[in-house]
Amino acid sequence: MSRLDVRKTYKLYIGGAFPRSESGRVHPAHDGQGNVVARVAQASRKDLRDAVRAAREAQEAWAGRTAYNRAQILYRVAEMLEDRRDTFEAQLAIDGREEAAAQREVEVAIDRLVWYAGWADKFAQVMGNLNPVAGPFFNISAPEATGVVGVAAPEAPPLLGLVSVLAPVIVSGNAAVVVASGAWPLTAVTFTEVLATSDLPGGVVNLLTGSKEELLPWLAGHMDVNGLDLAGSPREMIGELVTSGAENLKRVRTDAVVDWYADDAQSPYRIASFTEIKTVWHPKGR
Amino acid sequence: MDESLSPATVSHGPLDWSYAESKESSSIVTIPAEQGLYIGGEFVPARSEATYPSVNPATEGHLGAVAEGGAEDADLAVRAARSAYETTWRDMPGKERGKYLYRIARLLQERSREFAVLETMDGGKPIKESRDFDLPTSAAHFFYYAGWADKLGYAFPGVDPRPLGVAGQVVPWNFPMLMLSWKVAPALATGNTVVLKPSTTTPLTALEFARLTREAGLPDGVFNVLTGHGDAGAALVAHPDVNKVAFTGSTEVGRIIQRAIAGTDKKATLELGGKAAHIIMDDAPIDQAVEGIVNGIFFNQGHVCCAGSRLLVQESIAEVVVERLKRRLDTLRVGDPLDKNTDLGAINSADQLDKIKELVGAGTAEGAEIYQPACRLPEKGWWFPPTLFTEVSQSHRIAQEEIFGPVLSIMTFRTPDEAIEKANNTPYGLSAGVWTSKGSRILWMADRLKAGVVWSNTYNQFDPTSPFGGYKESGFGREGGRHGLLPYMQGVGL
Repeated sequence: MSRLDVRKTYKLYIGGAFPRSESGRVHPAHDGQGNVVARVAQASRKDLRDAVRAAREAQEAWAGRTAYNRAQILYRVAEMLEDRRDTFEAQLAIDGREEAAAQREVEVAIDRLVWYAGWADKFAQVMGNLNPVAGPFFNISAPEATGVVGVAAPEAPPLLGLVSVLAPVIVSGNAAVVVASGAWPLTAVTFTEVLATSDLPGGVVNLLTGSKEELLPWLAGHMDVNGLDLAGSPREMIGELVTSGAENLKRVRTDAVVDWYADDAQSPYRIASFTEIKTVWHPKGR
Repeated sequence: MDESLSPATVSHGPLDWSYAESKESSSIVTIPAEQGLYIGGEFVPARSEATYPSVNPATEGHLGAVAEGGAEDADLAVRAARSAYETTWRDMPGKERGKYLYRIARLLQERSREFAVLETMDGGKPIKESRDFDLPTSAAHFFYYAGWADKLGYAFPGVDPRPLGVAGQVVPWNFPMLMLSWKVAPALATGNTVVLKPSTTTPLTALEFARLTREAGLPDGVFNVLTGHGDAGAALVAHPDVNKVAFTGSTEVGRIIQRAIAGTDKKATLELGGKAAHIIMDDAPIDQAVEGIVNGIFFNQGHVCCAGSRLLVQESIAEVVVERLKRRLDTLRVGDPLDKNTDLGAINSADQLDKIKELVGAGTAEGAEIYQPACRLPEKGWWFPPTLFTEVSQSHRIAQEEIFGPVLSIMTFRTPDEAIEKANNTPYGLSAGVWTSKGSRILWMADRLKAGVVWSNTYNQFDPTSPFGGYKESGFGREGGRHGLLPYMQGVGL
């Protein structure tokens, strides 16, 4: 008798745990031919609020880790992704992709994680300054994480797009609430399993699957979210989202179409977008 | 002994210690009876031909009329700036752009006293501040950014930086020339052209600066001035051909601006309100700290977004700090801003005075205890005495809202952790101050304070090389330093 396979339930990732949506809702994920291949949790407004709370609770301690430690954890994420290449390639292929294309997406995603891991203990040196002020003062400026950042992951490529926007947000010490690709959510959910086994503290990344149209307005309007990366937002929503984000002066990136495979898609200025420059003065004297 | 020869009574009576004023002459300044908008290198009337008077807040006297620009004028100014951008400024080699800025810096140094007097007459700030701080620092900003103009590739390697286009810049009335310099110098250095909207109540130095740029030979249209009211600023910000918005002002207006440009490609720098915590630990040098506190809140009548308006004193030294502060307040001189001895000048406008009075009234009504030294205020003009509040709790409006006047709210704390928690308990995050003798504690606190600028064992220091700007609802983007270039450029990854 042939063995019956055990299927995975695709759940949310909040505060290091994998809950279903409190709403009980799921939505179907399709393959390239439109067949239902899985049901994915459909996050609600309440799930989003829980995710923001988990992110806020985790953020300070994450930012308080040494840069060296954050670098090692991001590198560990790359290791775990490399280790599970087959799984990701298979899931990307379910999405209807050529095998070679799926392979390439996973490879670039892994390399991108390594690239950002390396920035953890370097970007403050590139983005910071000792300032030669005209007076007897020690004066230094350095970047610090902004806080909790809401991320709309690009619809496609679902894994590389997610990694490309998420890594620069968390490498500096921010915590993230991500709304995953709506059309191709499977690899995003599987990626949270990579995060959960990489010593990344729970709550640093929280990932919601579901409808961007439904979730992003609440994310943009949430008063405990400090920044928004809207790279994966439907273009027609951006005006509305920035408008409601203005209530607490959110820092916003709204990159238009990006070739996520290109080297230009990675930049230390993606890290800088969600940091704050702090300048400290102290007198010099005997 | 002959009484007339007694040394105590020779020739004069008792020494006269009464106050002798030392006024800076205003004759160095010539204010035109009527001034137009500065568009495309010409002074032109507003399309509506409307004007309004700029008022000296210390006398309520009129200082000449300026044009009341509107949406049509904003459009003309943006067109002039666009044309200058495309025909001269964008493609000019950085080293040539830089030389124009050096010229401007030198002219500002040469005409520094004239601008200082004009700034004090139009805005009400003490001449010793406009003379020794606003104008020298303005010139220094142009000098600093002049040198960046041909070195931008070194500032941001790998970015291949390019200008954005036309910058619409809206500046406030508290530091009219300095805020102009903070905005115009980096914008021009990076190859952008500018339409500047000065504050309604302080347009005069910006117009004089326009004449100065003409004297420097700056190509027509590179710098334009749109005087008028809030609607002119709103039209400028919303103009579809403006690529960059830079604003310094209230958080309320900052929100409106972010909404106004939502969904467009415009970049923004917003430098907004603050409610800075000024923390005094029990091991602080108290006399120095008291001077720092006074400078922190009474500099420019407290019309300072980074003013140290919430004093957090460690409980064990609160009594002595408050007592010394009161004694120091008694010696502050409030009055004629042109008097070189004046510490606190005039409140910038009747509206601002009403706002201060309203919040001070709320402080008393909510149960805080007020202290104001006895001082005689001039009869004409708008004035407010230096004011302390003790018995303030964190929920009081005077502990939460920006007063933007010479009013200090004093609270206490017991431990460094409590100080940090109270300091960060505000939606603002522009600046903070810490006084302590312990080096490791300074760095520990500086790490934890959610503020863009942390002054330790000093306060209210500014320098062109040093970035300034806020966390949280105090806005985003930085002005000053290498960081101040970035918001005016586009390039790879930006």
